Amino acid sequence: MAYLRKFSFKFFQIIFLTLPATLLGEESDYNMPFGVTEVSGEIFDLHMLIFWVCVWIGVVVFGIMFWSLWKYRKSKGAVAADFDDHFWLEIGWTVAATLILVVIAIPSTTVMVKAYDDAEGDINIMVTGHQWKWHYKYLEDDISFFSNLSTDQEQIYGQMPKGEFYLKEVDEPLVIPINKRIRFLITGNDVIHSWWVPDFAVKQDAIPGFINTAWTNVPEPGIYRGNCTELCGIRHAFMPVVVRAVEQEEYDAWVVERVMLAEQEKLLTSKEWTTEELFERGETFYQTNCVACHQVNGQGIPPVFPALAGSQIVLNDAPRQIEILMEGVQGAAMASYAGYSEVDIAAVITYTRQAWSNDENGDGVIVTPQDIVAYKNKTEL
Amino acid sequence: MSTVVETHDHGHHGPAKGLTRWLFTTNHKDIGTLYLWFSCLMLFIGGSMAMVIRAELFQPGLQIVEPEFFNQMTTNHGLIMVFGVIMPAFVGLANWMLPMQIGAPDMALPRLNNLSFWLLPMAFGILISTLFMPEGGPNFGWTFYAPLSTTYAPSTVNFFIFSVHIMGISSILGSINIITTIFNMRAPGMTLMKMPLFVWSWLITAYLLIAVMPVLAGVVTMMLMDINFGTSFFNAGGGGDPVLFQHVFWFFGHPEVYIMILPAFGIASHIIETFSRKPIFGYTSMVYAMSSIAILSFVVWAHHMFTVGMPLAGELFFMYSTMLIAIPTGVKVFNWIATMYRGSITFETPMLFAIAFVALFTIGGFSGLMLAIVPADFQYHDTYFVVAHFHYVLVPGALFGIIAGVYYWLPKWTGNMYDETLGQLHFWLTFFSVNITFFPMHFVGLAGMPRRYPDYALQFADFNMIISVGAFLFGITQLLLVFIVIKSIRAGKKAKPEVWEGAGELGLEWTLESPAPYHTFTVQPQVK
Amino acid sequence: MSEQAYYVPESSKLPFAMALTLLVFIIGAANTVIDMGTESNSYLVLLLSFAMMWTTMFFWFSTVIKENHAGLNNPMLKNSYIYGMAWFIFSEVMFFFAFFFALAYVRNFAVPWLGGEGEKGIANMLWPGFEATWPVMITPDQAIQGTEFLGPGEEMSLGTTYANKGLAGVLGWLPLWNTIFLLTSSVTVHIAHLGLKNGNRRQFNIYLGLTLVLGYLFVGFQALEYYEAYAHMGLTLGTGIYGTTFFMLTGFHGFHVCLGAIILTIMWIRGLKGHFTADDHFGFEAGSWYWHFVDVVWVCLVAFVYVM
Ligand code: HEA
Ligand code: HEA
Ligand code: HEC
Ligand code: CUA
Ligand SMILES: [Cu+2]
Repeated sequence: MAYLRKFSFKFFQIIFLTLPATLLGEESDYNMPFGVTEVSGEIFDLHMLIFWVCVWIGVVVFGIMFWSLWKYRKSKGAVAADFDDHFWLEIGWTVAATLILVVIAIPSTTVMVKAYDDAEGDINIMVTGHQWKWHYKYLEDDISFFSNLSTDQEQIYGQMPKGEFYLKEVDEPLVIPINKRIRFLITGNDVIHSWWVPDFAVKQDAIPGFINTAWTNVPEPGIYRGNCTELCGIRHAFMPVVVRAVEQEEYDAWVVERVMLAEQEKLLTSKEWTTEELFERGETFYQTNCVACHQVNGQGIPPVFPALAGSQIVLNDAPRQIEILMEGVQGAAMASYAGYSEVDIAAVITYTRQAWSNDENGDGVIVTPQDIVAYKNKTEL
Repeated sequence: MSTVVETHDHGHHGPAKGLTRWLFTTNHKDIGTLYLWFSCLMLFIGGSMAMVIRAELFQPGLQIVEPEFFNQMTTNHGLIMVFGVIMPAFVGLANWMLPMQIGAPDMALPRLNNLSFWLLPMAFGILISTLFMPEGGPNFGWTFYAPLSTTYAPSTVNFFIFSVHIMGISSILGSINIITTIFNMRAPGMTLMKMPLFVWSWLITAYLLIAVMPVLAGVVTMMLMDINFGTSFFNAGGGGDPVLFQHVFWFFGHPEVYIMILPAFGIASHIIETFSRKPIFGYTSMVYAMSSIAILSFVVWAHHMFTVGMPLAGELFFMYSTMLIAIPTGVKVFNWIATMYRGSITFETPMLFAIAFVALFTIGGFSGLMLAIVPADFQYHDTYFVVAHFHYVLVPGALFGIIAGVYYWLPKWTGNMYDETLGQLHFWLTFFSVNITFFPMHFVGLAGMPRRYPDYALQFADFNMIISVGAFLFGITQLLLVFIVIKSIRAGKKAKPEVWEGAGELGLEWTLESPAPYHTFTVQPQVK
Repeated sequence: MSEQAYYVPESSKLPFAMALTLLVFIIGAANTVIDMGTESNSYLVLLLSFAMMWTTMFFWFSTVIKENHAGLNNPMLKNSYIYGMAWFIFSEVMFFFAFFFALAYVRNFAVPWLGGEGEKGIANMLWPGFEATWPVMITPDQAIQGTEFLGPGEEMSLGTTYANKGLAGVLGWLPLWNTIFLLTSSVTVHIAHLGLKNGNRRQFNIYLGLTLVLGYLFVGFQALEYYEAYAHMGLTLGTGIYGTTFFMLTGFHGFHVCLGAIILTIMWIRGLKGHFTADDHFGFEAGSWYWHFVDVVWVCLVAFVYVM
């Protein structure tokens, strides 16, 4: 009953509020966003232009149609006329349609040329789509990181109320300064993804092996949210894009901080880790990166996602497990995690080998960051 | 050989009895019936998959199915609807009506005709059975972009590939048959420009099919090689390109969407002239319009790929060529309206569906035009706006065309009128629910909901609920259609040969008694 | 109007048998490729489907021939067969078109882009060291792994053959001979056709026989070329896009030559049995059309795969 009330309420809301709002071209939650950049605004105008052209053609065409249906209905005694041809009428509407299209084509071309401008940016960022996360690499600075969905599994499965930015929040957003020309170099690591931020009107496919470019220049600070828009497998809906545009000073500070963090990470690799430390760090990493498939309890979702609890590899074959994490499994959803730090990889492997009583049933070998470094050195030869 | 003996008293024979009648038949009406029932069955299977999709999307969050299964539903829904519902239904109508409309005894190659049909259950049987295999069925969208469908696909993709080959063979053989029938079997005096428009629409469609189904076969063959034999068509590391897949696929795929609408254009033309009691306006320009649509359809394919990063010249070329298609399509719409203008119009069920077809297809066409504008498509692409567009051209477009055709010709097939009251009820329920289902998709799409998402952000929740309710209503309503059809097969007011007032003037099929005799024109009629 | 009614067979088990055959084929073929490299017998199902296919085809064509001999086929029906064959060949043309399209695309777009040329040349950032050449000798993957040269040792194109070995190389160039065989065979099949039309049995038998010899020679040479490529040149299906397009295009063509040769062999046997008359021999004519089609495809292949 509550649904029904909500439903009818919504229904009237569309007819009396949303529709007119959309028709009048104002910004509404249910129209294309006006966006924040120059290009996005122009695209919005273009959208409204075509929309209105279609509406008017529709009004005329449907107007004549329904009027004819009404006027010439047989029940009112209409008698059919006897004509089936009119040369000039045919020519006339063909020409009219063509002219209308030309009118639309001109602004479309202008906007297109602008949106597709391929010049270097002030800041160039390599955006790489992975199954199922984005990787950002600042080409001028030594900064690179993954950006993962940060919404809890519990929210997705309805065991917890959903937050405001449900499915549109990430652990590490992309950070850019305002009023700078930012150029994105977009590519894919495994399958095709597509990087979309509606407010910038930027949507480009991330194609493995090739690079697409896009650019933006954001005038206002803010947090802009978007999605992956090319079907890329199971978690296609769960790899949002979040961009934080900030003032230049804030950006500079952020860069300094990131570079420092990166150096610290490097130090961590050579540090001696205790099992507890690794376990703790691994648990966090597992929660963000692995639960989606292997589940919190390590049981997986057989047969698609194997259980890690009690898996022969996890119990007794540490070298193979390292290999799986570093290379992924060809042809399966299990991707490579080589892009993460040695510490994270070592930690998550150690975690899986300790958790769910795996340590009691298996050899319980602990994998340290140094093991990962050794693996890397070996494979690079 | 019994076949040889039987032919001597050819024409006096009724159908064989029992199951073998359907397995071994060479009769165009039997085969048409098989096609139509197959399509109906597939509509229910594919429709049930849509119901799963809509049930999951009823609310945000994952409630009913896991994303993996959701993707399989989306993929199979698309595949089944396109290859299992719309195309077979049109072929079924062609089988029933073409020989009757051109005054032929049967289809030109009757045995091939039977083969074309029976390949379909085989192919779809395999396709659907993959859903029950441990690794699951195809989960990469009905457009199966590489490398998701090659390197990253479940191994059942191989079954999918061979099924597509078989569907392709079926369509090619079917179209060869149709073209041959149209060129070779017309009654004396029926020149090309005297052919009914449904025949014309199918001639053009068959030509499109023969031209593009082999290309589809080619692209799945490339996939097969990439997956199993180490070739590099779609692998940049070997010098290929994943985007090559999309080019070849859409070279097939875009003509394919016109394959799914042209026969509906033909049907609508007949229904509108019949119930306006006035011959179709601008017959010649209708023929030219359909031909132009067909020819143009070969040079617009990359409008599905505006975001793959084609060079600027490519983007602009495909934008302009796509926009051009609005012109011949517009001509068709205007001609239909000019046919209604100063007619003497009645509103039987087929006419209602035809009118709704014209109006709602045009709305779908408008959104198509919007999608053709490249910069705007950057915002629309792969959102529910696209889903709204293609459901408007496919459901109230192609599917309404089929339903309208079924109501229109049903009395000719069964000899009984269908229940007009129920027909009207079916129409109005369908009409409202189809709009409740697909209209709000424009809004969620514009607001930014991507397609092929099993779960979505909270801002889209309300509209998705409305869409789902509409979809359930639409689904249930279609049970009524089946009921009406069965009812008319079993009983009903007897239909006259011309069935619809004045239709006798309009086509040879209305000169045959109702139900049409098992063997159509054993002696070809003379057309003036 | 023809005085005789259009023959519509009352019913037939053949098409349904064929559909079943293809069902077996899907199951066999898919399982075979899935189980490739494992010890499994699924290929037996595939072989079974081939056997079923031959059997069904045999009975199907026998039936059609018998009907024709029984005088059931009126001129209109014969016309139907003509249309049917013509459009079938058109569908084959489109199948090849897909592969030529792929070749054109990789040569003009994908490979140059990967090598840093053209509008999307920025892709080369991902493949440092890869250079766009055709044929692609070192693939992008090999370029970044620094792998030594795995590609074709000596490619198959006319230009390089000439550059490396001069005229002698050209004379020893298999595709040249294959072109000669196939073009000649198109002529001989035409002469055979003329013989048939003029009622000259001997001419028909001899020239069709000659066509067959040329056809089988072509197949033999093609096999030899493949052997050379695999055994001595290191050019395989797996060596990147050049091997891919080379083998797929020539392979599908070779497959069609085989089909054409089989069809013509059957026609030859039928000719010896006296199945054809001067004005009723569509079976042969269809086969010869097919043969001409295969020939035209070869000319395109030579142009786009070997020479350009
Ligand atoms: C029956 C099927 C059908 C038909 C007929 C059409 C018709 C058209 N389609 Fe559609 N389309 C699909 C089925 C169809 N489409 C499908 C299935 C997809 C999605 C595939 C996928 O990705 O899964 C798709 C996707 C699709 C896209 C890609 C969107 C994207 O993915 O980003 C585009 C872009 O250009 C497009 C454009 C058009 C155009 C311009 C027409 C035109 O033919 C429409 C012409 C008609 C009119 C314009 C209305 C009538 C005209 C007048 C009244 C005259 C006056 C009008 C003017 C002068 C404006 N379609
Ligand atoms: C050719 C035609 C065609 C037709 C007729 C339809 C019909 C319907 N389609 Fe679909 N659709 C496609 C072609 C078609 N579709 C394609 C090509 C795609 C793209 C796939 C892809 O992305 O790869 C798609 C995708 C698609 C999506 C997007 C999925 C996604 O992106 O994840 C959705 C979502 O709502 C949808 C919904 C529907 C609905 C509700 C119907 C309804 O009209 C269905 C009506 C239902 C029935 C006729 C069922 C019969 C009745 C019963 C079984 C009785 C029981 C009833 C109940 C339980 C209520 N379709
Ligand atoms: C999107 C799904 C997904 C994610 C995320 C994922 N895996 Fe996997 N994983 C798989 C699949 C599928 C396999 C099975 C691969 C195969 O052998 O076919 C697998 C296999 C494994 C195996 C081998 C198990 C066995 O018994 O064969 C290990 C170990 C493993 N994953 C660890 C991890 C860790 C650690 C993480 C997180 C850092 C992770 N996986 C994230 C899908 C995933
Ligand atoms: Cu990544 Cu969708
Ligand atoms: Cu299209």
